[in-house]
Amino acid sequence: MKRLLTGSSTQIGLILVGLIVIFSLLSFESFFAVANARNIATDAAVLLVLAVGATYVIVTAGIDLSVGAVLVFSGVVAAKVMNGLGGESLGVILVGLVASLAAGLAWGLFNGFLVAKAKIPAFIVTLGSLGMALGAAYLITGGVDEREVPFPLVSKFGIGRVLGIPYLVLVALAVAIVLGIVLAQTRFGRYTYAIGSNEEAVRRSGVNVDRHLIKVYSLAGLLSGLAGFMNLARFGTTTIGGHATDNLNAIAAVVIGGTSLFGGIGTILGTVFGVFIPAVLQNGFVIVGVQAFWQQVAVGAVLIAAVYLDQVRRARQRQ
Amino acid sequence: MNAQQPLLEARKIVKSFGSVRALTGANFSAYEGEVVALVGDNGAGKSTLVKTLVGVHPPDSGEILFEGREVHIHTPQQAREIGMETVYQDLALAEEIDPAANMFLGREILRGGPLGRLGFLDKAAMRHRSEEAFSDLGVRIQDTAAPVAHMSGGQRQGIAITRAVTWASKVVFMDEPTAALGVVQTRNVLDQIKRVRDQGLAVVLISHNLPEIFEVADRIEVLRLGERVARLRPSDVSMEDVVAAMTGALTFHEEEGS
Repeated sequence: MKRLLTGSSTQIGLILVGLIVIFSLLSFESFFAVANARNIATDAAVLLVLAVGATYVIVTAGIDLSVGAVLVFSGVVAAKVMNGLGGESLGVILVGLVASLAAGLAWGLFNGFLVAKAKIPAFIVTLGSLGMALGAAYLITGGVDEREVPFPLVSKFGIGRVLGIPYLVLVALAVAIVLGIVLAQTRFGRYTYAIGSNEEAVRRSGVNVDRHLIKVYSLAGLLSGLAGFMNLARFGTTTIGGHATDNLNAIAAVVIGGTSLFGGIGTILGTVFGVFIPAVLQNGFVIVGVQAFWQQVAVGAVLIAAVYLDQVRRARQRQ
Repeated sequence: MNAQQPLLEARKIVKSFGSVRALTGANFSAYEGEVVALVGDNGAGKSTLVKTLVGVHPPDSGEILFEGREVHIHTPQQAREIGMETVYQDLALAEEIDPAANMFLGREILRGGPLGRLGFLDKAAMRHRSEEAFSDLGVRIQDTAAPVAHMSGGQRQGIAITRAVTWASKVVFMDEPTAALGVVQTRNVLDQIKRVRDQGLAVVLISHNLPEIFEVADRIEVLRLGERVARLRPSDVSMEDVVAAMTGALTFHEEEGS
């Protein structure tokens, strides 16, 4: 219980609650309106899926800069495949989903293999694959967004809801819950923390560290593929130019949520809070009439503060 | 005690790194139920010898016999499989996870049933067994759910030793286990070493601290310039003799004391 109260994800959760309280006091009507809450959540859903993958990678003390580019690439592949098949049937949409996941997974394998086996720093590998995936997306489309997707993808999945909750949000929450449990409760999660904490020690205890790292980067790629498909469903177009800062937003959310860039520490719950803080700030500022640009300033400050707190916590531990 | 066959024996081990010949035909033996100290000046080849024995870097030539049979140990995993564990000088603990997680790293206990097949950990069982193992060795840890990073140097050493001892069935190598510890913590570690020996394991202790060696070791093997130059019993010799053997000021017949 004490750990629950003092844990970093609890602190960040309290900050999130505090923000929500402040904005609703300032403008209860509009901030707590269902439509607004739904807006915040839908904005955050795609980012949450990316950030869950980024959490795993960062807990291993790695980094994945390619998630936004892989999202775009996967969306382009899915759109091309679905349009190539033609028609608006559920089957076509499912094939598109599989294509999107496979495209994301392929980039994840590529990243993981180069990080784990070729021992190239993750920062460089994923910076390289960022460029390659985005370039490939432009090559496939000829530089023009693919503006057609099967209509039901947008009309049913993209804007549909159950019990007032958008499908996109449900998918993102399901991903977060399942992978949150995996990280906290399974051997896969345990190795993820241990590798981020002391890779050499894990190697010496006989665990296949390379294979685990490849799996973690593959997971991040797979989730980028899923996010690409969700993005397609939401906007009905491939939005190639719109994801240049997705990677930084995902990393910021993970770090704000209490995951340490040095590895070994972090939770998916923290990441969920970390995703919603920027979303709530942005929305809140708009509603209370502060210029929306202040959100970027505020998120930047929160990010720096989060890393500073992590450093302080580590320094205290080391004494 | 030494009339019996050695549990672990190395013969004429040669190991070079580029043009540097770290081991030039080193012999070594360890018997069950004893603490054998491996001593030598810096660069004598102590750590290299241990690393060849536990599979971190296999020897260029020479043979290793385990329970009288020749074995080829090319990875730390193989060394562990025949019952040899190592307490590394850097301890090899993952600091952000708790002591039980470190104890069971790579050997996690999974839950029963379908959840176990999905890889779900049985954290309670691992914590329970770790607490038992810590208390058996007299390692005191107040909060076994806290990350290792929160623990003192002595506690970390205790966790690393407990982990090695728990999984070793034959031999435990300890590389400078007291180097970073204070007086009280050193005493605890020495007591732990004796308890491990009393359980019937062979303990190979690398140390620079002669008073410590004379307190816990049953035998001393001296390495110099990549070869074994003496096998001594603390009861038969003085610390000056050991230093003399290490520096080459005094030569012993190599097989003396065996």
